[in-house]
Amino acid sequence: MSATLFGLMGAALVGIGLFGMLVRTQVLLRILSFNLLGGGIFIVFGAVARRGAGAGFGGDPVPQAIILTGIVVAFAATTLAVALVLRLAANQDRS
Amino acid sequence: MIADLLLAAAILAVAVASILARRTFTAVALFIAYGLLLSLAWVRLSAIDVALTEAAIGAGLSGVLLLGAVRRLASRAEAPANPPPGAAMTVLIGIACACVAAALGAVILLLPEPAPSLAPQVAANLPTTGLGNPVTGVLMSFRALDTLLESAVVLLAVICVWSLTPDGGWGGAPGAAQPILGDGPLLLLARILPPLGIVVAVHILWVGKDAPGGKFQAAAILAAMWLLPWMAGLVAPPRIAARWLRLTVAVGPVVFIAIGLAGAVTEGAFLAYPPGWAMPLILVIEIVLTASIAVALALLVIGPPVPEP
Amino acid sequence: MSLLADVFTIVAVLAGLVFFIAGTAGLLRFPDTASRLHALTKADHLGLGLIVLGLLPRAGGMGGALRLLAIWGLVLVSSAAVGPMVARLTRGPEGRE
Repeated sequence: MSATLFGLMGAALVGIGLFGMLVRTQVLLRILSFNLLGGGIFIVFGAVARRGAGAGFGGDPVPQAIILTGIVVAFAATTLAVALVLRLAANQDRS
Repeated sequence: MIADLLLAAAILAVAVASILARRTFTAVALFIAYGLLLSLAWVRLSAIDVALTEAAIGAGLSGVLLLGAVRRLASRAEAPANPPPGAAMTVLIGIACACVAAALGAVILLLPEPAPSLAPQVAANLPTTGLGNPVTGVLMSFRALDTLLESAVVLLAVICVWSLTPDGGWGGAPGAAQPILGDGPLLLLARILPPLGIVVAVHILWVGKDAPGGKFQAAAILAAMWLLPWMAGLVAPPRIAARWLRLTVAVGPVVFIAIGLAGAVTEGAFLAYPPGWAMPLILVIEIVLTASIAVALALLVIGPPVPEP
Repeated sequence: MSLLADVFTIVAVLAGLVFFIAGTAGLLRFPDTASRLHALTKADHLGLGLIVLGLLPRAGGMGGALRLLAIWGLVLVSSAAVGPMVARLTRGPEGRE
């Protein structure tokens, strides 16, 4: 039951993050919205993992491990995006 | 159930407030709260490993990164942004996004019953790895290739961030110079917290083989314990030309690949562990990878070198 | 004995929740940053402390109890550090209002 609830919440978060990405114009807020969206997708996947509970585990460990990997990769992408934004701002200052 | 409903409502409220916030600082502060609440949701979904990672990386390190970016962008002239979409366009975008969310929600409600699961296979094969934590088993044995590629992604991200170094900064110390504080609470925190934090990180790494925890969580905590003295101005990060720094970032994936190739030679499959050797080999990879990822995460947050104008 | 422990847990956790609610109300209702910080640090520490205290009998041994106490200690240290920093930020670099 809570898996479905959080799954629906994840779906809503995807919508919210997408909206923020399209409507906000500051680049930093777009990166932030993208992370919000990513969190929603992870939660949807996590709800699927929770439904696969069995064999004494509280959730299917395979999707859980993939989510874990995904969070770290998303963070690496975010740092690169932020570094690009800062570099762009520095270039605009100079010119 | 009521607690879950309240938690979900709080997460949605914080998310909406975050994307509608007028100031970027407010948005980032709300985003950190979002990450922390999300990690509670992970606990409710019985994914403790993910909850730890979300709290450490999704809320903690991302928060530091974004707050630092807000601070550095605030001191600059506002870059000419694209004009925001008009009212009619905003409504259209809102409707379209609601449709995406509704479609995804419908998929959630229409998931097959009984849910397909790999949990029985993991449970059946976990004893061959000698591990007790199924998530670590998946990460290090059953889906080790994903973990290897992911450690390569982190390494690649460090190279990409460094490659954004402005002219004249290459090889220098990364990040903007931090103000050196004479005294104060941050300095105190930066002095007393790292020893404790390092013990906690080693503990989380070590229990990761049998209980929730592992290298990513431990690496995130270690990275934070390096970032704290850096932000307080106590330590300067090493120059990115330093050979030991580059070796540390690269050694994790290299050892992982080497053990994988050894498996290809002896067992006939890439990343296959010889019987009985799985546990010690996994431990070696975990420990080396923790060091690499910790240094890489800290370098990613610090950013490329900024030459003094 | 176990009944006594249960009652102790319930009373302490409820008392902690009261402090949390009071602190949250203060955070939302107080007019300026300093008094909001006051509400946050005072009430939440006591609240968390009481909840930790209430959970101690249920920690299942020395290790769990020590971990609970460590969590409380870490929260105390971190907010003791963050509180003055926020206060300084609101007062500005010269220490004026």
